Amino acid sequence: MGGTVRSRFAALALACALVAPYALGAVISAAVSTAANAAEPVTIAIGYLIPERRELTLSLMDRPAADLGAAGAALAIDDNNTTGRFTGQSYELLTETAATPEEAAAAVDRLAAAGAHWVIADMPGEALVTLAAAADAKGMLVFNVGARDDALRTETCLANVVHIVPSRAMLADALAQYLAWKKWTRWFLVAGSHPEDIAFADAIRRAAARFGARIVEDRTFEDTGGARTTDSGHVQVQRRLPVFLQDAPEHDIVVVADENEVFGTHVPYHTWTPRPVAGSAGLMPTAWSPVHEQWGGIQLQNRFLDKVGRRMEEEDMLAWMAVRSVGEAATRAASGDPETIDDYLLGPDFSLAAFKGEALTLRSWNRQLRQPILLADGKSVVSVSPQEGFLHPSSFLDTLGYDRAESACDF
Amino acid sequence: MRAILCAASLLALTASAGQAMAYTIFVSNEKGNSVSVIDSETMEVTDTIDVGQRPRGITVAEEGTHLLVAVGDDDTVEVYDTKTHERLYTLPSGPDPELFVLHPDGNHLYIANEDDNLVTVVDLKSRSMVSEIPVGVEPEGMGVSPDGKFIVNTSETTNMAHFIDTESHEIVGNVLVDQRPRFAEFKADGSEVWVSSEIGGSVSIIDPIKHEVTHKITFEVPGLRPEAIQPVGVRITKDGSTAFVALGPANRVAVVDAATYEVTDYLLVGQRVWQLGFSPDEDMIFATNGVSNDVSVIDVAAREVVNTIPVGEFPWGVVTLAD
Repeated sequence: MGGTVRSRFAALALACALVAPYALGAVISAAVSTAANAAEPVTIAIGYLIPERRELTLSLMDRPAADLGAAGAALAIDDNNTTGRFTGQSYELLTETAATPEEAAAAVDRLAAAGAHWVIADMPGEALVTLAAAADAKGMLVFNVGARDDALRTETCLANVVHIVPSRAMLADALAQYLAWKKWTRWFLVAGSHPEDIAFADAIRRAAARFGARIVEDRTFEDTGGARTTDSGHVQVQRRLPVFLQDAPEHDIVVVADENEVFGTHVPYHTWTPRPVAGSAGLMPTAWSPVHEQWGGIQLQNRFLDKVGRRMEEEDMLAWMAVRSVGEAATRAASGDPETIDDYLLGPDFSLAAFKGEALTLRSWNRQLRQPILLADGKSVVSVSPQEGFLHPSSFLDTLGYDRAESACDF
Repeated sequence: MRAILCAASLLALTASAGQAMAYTIFVSNEKGNSVSVIDSETMEVTDTIDVGQRPRGITVAEEGTHLLVAVGDDDTVEVYDTKTHERLYTLPSGPDPELFVLHPDGNHLYIANEDDNLVTVVDLKSRSMVSEIPVGVEPEGMGVSPDGKFIVNTSETTNMAHFIDTESHEIVGNVLVDQRPRFAEFKADGSEVWVSSEIGGSVSIIDPIKHEVTHKITFEVPGLRPEAIQPVGVRITKDGSTAFVALGPANRVAVVDAATYEVTDYLLVGQRVWQLGFSPDEDMIFATNGVSNDVSVIDVAAREVVNTIPVGEFPWGVVTLAD
């Protein structure tokens, strides 16, 4: 793995170095060149931070592709450039790799030096806070496509961060609305022992309280270490997991919080009582699914498959939405000037079409992208939340996650 | 022959005094892989034609003898006999054809290829592809100016109306509109193009000479959240006085005064209404309701839904043909 990362990084660094002079020139010339001037395209450079991804997953299906996320950004660059032919704008993607908060901050500096004004960060919360500060020092805008922490939307308010990725509360609320609609309101919650699992379990408990469900049993599955899998491993899984899940009160569904993939994938078909599974396994709330094709989604899926040769995952879509946000704002603002583009992007008129059946907009107070959440099981999109009947005075999409009054952020 | 025609039109005239002339309505059913054939006299489905996969765009060509159906999942346009309902041949269309428009010359079909960012031009006589024109991302809506000089294509992710010169096949103008433009319709006098924006929730009125948006129509239905109002199909009466706009999941067709751009009525139709088609003499307009699997019949003068006809699964496009 180390070798691949290094060699890829070297190639990217070379690409960045080649692109840099053009990108810098563009930033300087952007102020004078507008959409009307198609002769000399304005270059708009966008950076993408590639994280160190977990290589080992419980299911082989979930092993991340080397270009996970970055491929979505690259497709959006193509889409932006197709439009750019008519507006005199040319888009470039610069990529950097970072594993730690310090590396992420350093990568942001390199992207700034290469002429990028926007950074798409697929990083956990701690790294996001660090790199956002580095980006702020350079006047850059960050798209968060990795950190789902609700605290980043309610307490730690980052003025130069747009949250494209849904928060845990948005995901949990989306699931809860559907389960409420199904009247599956008695939940058996099983959470992993890592901080992310605990945070997701908290979001699930909050969602249950909000939408009229009851957690009838609340258990923690301790990660005691050990290998991801062993040969003949299923023999023990099928003996141990049901035993762990027995003696729970009557429940309609088992809800799993296991972001770290310690046990969740194994829960379906291994419950003590025959019940469906949702959360981190079974019916999963997500911003995107490789099988989503409604609202024109099939067109994006086809474009992605043609270009990349694999299915489009959630990480790819989040990066696509981030790059398209810049493209959309640049088209509408008819400018290549980063400040003008950001003014539009963070302003009241910005909206993004992203194959979700309605316009996606930003919550002005914390810059979280409002979006319908898909509920998918890997083979089909079972439903899309918000569900009908859950009302909100300003936007039904704000029935998902923390609302304005619950957030300390006020941009 | 002339005598027969004369007699026929005289008959038609006489008929129109009492009741409208008879015609046939063809409806493409996107999920049903079929075309429902409706008789205007009974307003009932008289035949269902099995067609290719995912039929959407539908029109009549060759002086009413041929029915053209874009079958996206089969990457072709199928041609059917409008009388016998037999499949005659297929046209090269480029991949995933969705919507198309027939040039007033009756011979050139302009097809939007959603997946390839192209508009394909097909010659019906020679059944061959004439040209491929690169446009914006996800081309869909197709309109043609009455004089045949310009095609307007809308691209759903680029969010533009592209004006294409039909002689040179070059783009001569790009007009930015609201999110996800779905449909383009010229007024019969060529003075305006109306472009609907599904996600933007608006209809942009475009000056086809200056390539500028001169007005934007928005919609408001009490009790409906604004996001549910998603304009798709647009039809304007030949006299340019009245426009009908299908509002998707708002389950309504808006009636618009096409001179003042004021919305005068919202007609409740079936679920997820997308496309519209006038009867030959414009006394009726038909609306396809995808989710409720039916077609609403709207009396144009009375501005009233007068009938609902069950058709196949997920009706999409509609075209009418005088008998």
